[in-house]
Amino acid sequence: MFLNSEFKTSLKKNLQLSNLIPQVLLILFFIFVVYFFANNAQINMKARNMSSGFDFLNTNSGFDIQFSLIDYDGSSSYGRAYLVGLLNTLLVAFFGIFFATILGFIIGVSRLSSNWIINRLSLIYVELFRNLPLILQIFFWYFTVLRSLPSTEKSLIIFNFLIINLQGFYIPKFVFTNSHYIFYGITFAILTIFLIKYYANKMFYEHAKVIPVFKISLILIIIFPLVFSLIGGVGVKIEYPKLVKNFGIFNYLGGVKLIPEFLALVFSLSLYTSAFIAENVRAGILAVSKGQKEASKSLGFNNSQSLNLIVIPQALRVIIPPTTNQYLNLTKNSSLAAAIGYPDLTGAFAGTALSQTGKAIEIIFIVMMTYLTISLLISLILNWYNKKIALVER
Amino acid sequence: MVRKAANINSAKKLNNVKVCVETGTTTELNLRDYFKANKLKYEPVAFTKSDEAVAAYDSGRCDVYTTDKSGLAANRTKTKNPADHIILPETISKEPLGPVVRGNDENWANITRWTLNVMIEAEELGITKANVDSLKSTDNPAIKRLLGLEGETGKNLSLNNEWSYNIIKQVGNYGESYEANVGPKTPVGLGRGLNQLWTKGGILYAPPVR
Repeated sequence: MFLNSEFKTSLKKNLQLSNLIPQVLLILFFIFVVYFFANNAQINMKARNMSSGFDFLNTNSGFDIQFSLIDYDGSSSYGRAYLVGLLNTLLVAFFGIFFATILGFIIGVSRLSSNWIINRLSLIYVELFRNLPLILQIFFWYFTVLRSLPSTEKSLIIFNFLIINLQGFYIPKFVFTNSHYIFYGITFAILTIFLIKYYANKMFYEHAKVIPVFKISLILIIIFPLVFSLIGGVGVKIEYPKLVKNFGIFNYLGGVKLIPEFLALVFSLSLYTSAFIAENVRAGILAVSKGQKEASKSLGFNNSQSLNLIVIPQALRVIIPPTTNQYLNLTKNSSLAAAIGYPDLTGAFAGTALSQTGKAIEIIFIVMMTYLTISLLISLILNWYNKKIALVER
Repeated sequence: MVRKAANINSAKKLNNVKVCVETGTTTELNLRDYFKANKLKYEPVAFTKSDEAVAAYDSGRCDVYTTDKSGLAANRTKTKNPADHIILPETISKEPLGPVVRGNDENWANITRWTLNVMIEAEELGITKANVDSLKSTDNPAIKRLLGLEGETGKNLSLNNEWSYNIIKQVGNYGESYEANVGPKTPVGLGRGLNQLWTKGGILYAPPVR
């Protein structure tokens, strides 16, 4: 890539004196600005007796966090608090992206439905969720909806499975003993599936034989872990949340607890972003030439088949780049967690840890770099996928 | 602070509770220390603004709200029904509070400091808003100095000598000000506790006015 003629001519052009001098001056100016601000910060911090450095990451944090995917408490370090915040952010981003995509596709396709009601309802959905500020939507879910839920002793219990109250949503937890056998089973299944895919491709291109890889994969991914579990002796216990009474205070202990702060974020982020993704999907589908659908109809495909097999695969090329944007927006918007007390990277680390240590510059720098890295990774993955499904022209 | 309906009269009985707290404060750290030392379990629900923490506690999101005692008393007035809440008796940390002024104005800092001292000293000497005028004719040298009838206390503060008399006459002594603003008869309802004179079991000990 560096040796093609385009780059060589551009390099030659840049090294000419008339182009070189402004560039050098600009670089020197930039270095000067950075040096000026860094120096300024250092002088002022010294005058106020503020220490700098990243050593604080090894010291005890002293505060607990109400929701964490890993073991953490006040005796853990600030570095560990950073990890807790990071994992909480990724958790919200993952579920947000997952639901936003599913909802986005459903609503986007509905916008093009010939059914008048479905069409209009999805229009209202899109205009409603994308025109209201996200922070208001978060507040709506958190302060209006989730705060109106009944208190613990009067919880809503759905199908003996889901418990809903002011403290959050509770579902039973599956506790596995010897769970590693399940992972062996899954890994083995995945490896086998790769082999089968390779074999199926070979059969398709050389012998024009179609092997139903997807169906076989589904069966394998269920059978192998099951078999491995039976051989390895995996035990499953279901831990139900139990109502515990302490004087006049009720509490559900055990099971999996989803705090309202987390729920409000996932609900609002999913609905908000799905409205934008829906418009991207609609644009993508409209971008596919009408002739494609007509041709597929004339070949005998029904509506759902022509959508899934012909139109959407081509529409994906137009859908994916702007949807990448939406995924990045969602991930960064999740930082609004700080407004409702969800302990994510911005809330727990750039919020609580910053107030407790006073190390604003270090912490903000770390948090910014982290969001930058997460966003770049998401873009990288999606750009790779986009290239993979791109039209290869002759 | 907990709801009366919780039937709890001691912080040591708080186990498996959710506690609303303001994040980034020493309260957050004290909370953890107390629960850990007493081997009790809790879940912190942290908010950036104290109003949000109080609202969350009031709505039932939390079972307990914690902050400085004076804060608890003051914030109780923000709940829907202050009479439904009680402040538990245990003091879980030392939080000395005092007035704060800008850094590089020593004279102003001195004035502020001595205003407080003079109000405490006035209460100790028994000078009130009501009797400050009649006490002008006293023989007690300490009272005379405090009322500016002897000595030049105002000079070091760049004030005229009436300064301490004016304070007692217009605002009252420490006790009077306390009772009027945050005392048991006000909505805040805070008892004197340690904010009482050293002669009466508290820790208020003002330097003499000389």
